[in-house]
Amino acid sequence: MATDNLSPAPAGATPKSGPGAEAAPQIPLLALDHLWFQVAGTVCNLRCTHCFISCAPDNHSFWFLDLQTVSEYLDASKAWGVKEYYFTGGEPFMNKELPAILERTLAIGPATVLTNATLLPEKTARRLAEIDAGSPFSLELRVSLDGPSAETNDPIRGAGTFERTLQGIQRLVEHGFLPIVTAAQVWCPQEDAKVYRQLVEALQQIGYDRPRIKILPTLHIGREEARSRGYSAEERVTSAMLENYDASQLLCSSARIVTDRGVYVCPILIDQADARLGANLKEAARPYALEHRACYTCWVNGAICANVGGIGLER
Amino acid sequence: MSVEGETYSRIAAFGGVYSNHHALRAVIKDAQKRDAEAVFCLGDLGAFGPHPDRVFPILVENDIRAIRGNYDDSIARGLDDCQCGYTDPRDNHFARISYEYTLRNTSRMWRDWLGELPETLHIRLGDKLALLCHGSPRRMNEFLWESTSPKHFLEKLCDDHRADVILCTHTGLHWSRELSEGRLFVNVGAIGRPANDGNTQVWYTMLSARGGGASVEFIAVPYDHEALAEEMSEEGLPEEFIETIRTGWWTTCNEVLPSKERKRGKF
Repeated sequence: MATDNLSPAPAGATPKSGPGAEAAPQIPLLALDHLWFQVAGTVCNLRCTHCFISCAPDNHSFWFLDLQTVSEYLDASKAWGVKEYYFTGGEPFMNKELPAILERTLAIGPATVLTNATLLPEKTARRLAEIDAGSPFSLELRVSLDGPSAETNDPIRGAGTFERTLQGIQRLVEHGFLPIVTAAQVWCPQEDAKVYRQLVEALQQIGYDRPRIKILPTLHIGREEARSRGYSAEERVTSAMLENYDASQLLCSSARIVTDRGVYVCPILIDQADARLGANLKEAARPYALEHRACYTCWVNGAICANVGGIGLER
Repeated sequence: MSVEGETYSRIAAFGGVYSNHHALRAVIKDAQKRDAEAVFCLGDLGAFGPHPDRVFPILVENDIRAIRGNYDDSIARGLDDCQCGYTDPRDNHFARISYEYTLRNTSRMWRDWLGELPETLHIRLGDKLALLCHGSPRRMNEFLWESTSPKHFLEKLCDDHRADVILCTHTGLHWSRELSEGRLFVNVGAIGRPANDGNTQVWYTMLSARGGGASVEFIAVPYDHEALAEEMSEEGLPEEFIETIRTGWWTTCNEVLPSKERKRGKF
């Protein structure tokens, strides 16, 4: 898109560092293509050490969305021409209404669930397959797995999670799904190709013969800040960095996320108070200033939250 | 070459020629046999296949109205890549081989010709306003798949671009969706490679004005795919591409497919 759509923040915006620091550039909502739902709040059965919103069984900062609330947003979304719906948490399957929510969603458009696949008993997998078969739209399951072995994955995601997640993936594959396995890059980048190969092998061993794999950068906020590092002072997005940059790569130009506490700019920033843009889609359609350090990761990698895209590998 | 506002009652449309001059000849012949008043090509003339310069004279001789796809835009301007929108490394590896071959083998004259093609065309199909584009009316390389394009999204595209009928291509898979008030969205498919269905034939689209609306018909066309495969082999193009021509299954650039479309394929 043309950079002339990117107006600078209004005069008087608070300098982020030092006197006269440049205001963060604002990104307009070009089209509401992707509507996200924080469907399980910040409640998760796991406590991953790299979680950028610090989800856990006892993190009730954000609570579940019910079928009624999601349905109202689905209805409202039609006038906005929303193209795809995404469901995240926490762990979405902690929300017992999720299958019904997905069925309602897939009646009007494609749905993607970001899950750890540890809460997918046979009965749930079968139900998902029925919902998928009954819709002309795609139901994508995006499954988090942060290493090709228990030795690499479990220190991040918790003891026994590698085995449990592989069982969940296997069950999905047996029911005809082609889950997108997403791995956060918790290894050093030089090992990308090796880890990718090992992931392919691990997935093929359980019968997933054409695995779809997406490698994501980590976001240095939430629990990840303590696990690895926070952002440096230089890691921030400036107006100059958006010259000749395709801002449609940034999720905030095409998405919003519904939570039980209102509509936020993107799934990464719900812990940040200024990322709450309004009580409904209309209020939340205003531009967003790229104030946060995590915006830098999005700027570097682009489209990290979409189903396609991620860190490119030469292999 | 503006055809703004010209009115037709029956047209043929296709996209993604991908240098497949054998299929191009077969499709034009078939469309003429079926009394198409005009034939439209929605872009991506090069890529994948052999001898890119062979398709242009066929288009000109047969008065095919073409628009510019992302591939054509890249070739015309000599960009670094095809702007196909792939993100997977293996997909990009094959896209690069294809792009470098096509750029090297497209003559300056035809590159200039590509650069002058319009990005969109507006015509009338009966009393319906039809908008012809490559990826979508808003973005040349937007993928519009059947399983990820909700009806309300397509309705908004029609509203925003004041069209009753939208025709696009770019994905290589043909499909259509009926919209409100007799409006229609059609992905016309590609004739350069098969539709990932295990058949070697390729698909194009016939559209007819009918009773205040428009009807759509997808037509499979067999062609001399063995001759194409042999030319690809002689030109040193990847075996993976040749396998697709000979089997009807996509072997590369699969990672952009949504799950429903991916499951229908073999790889």
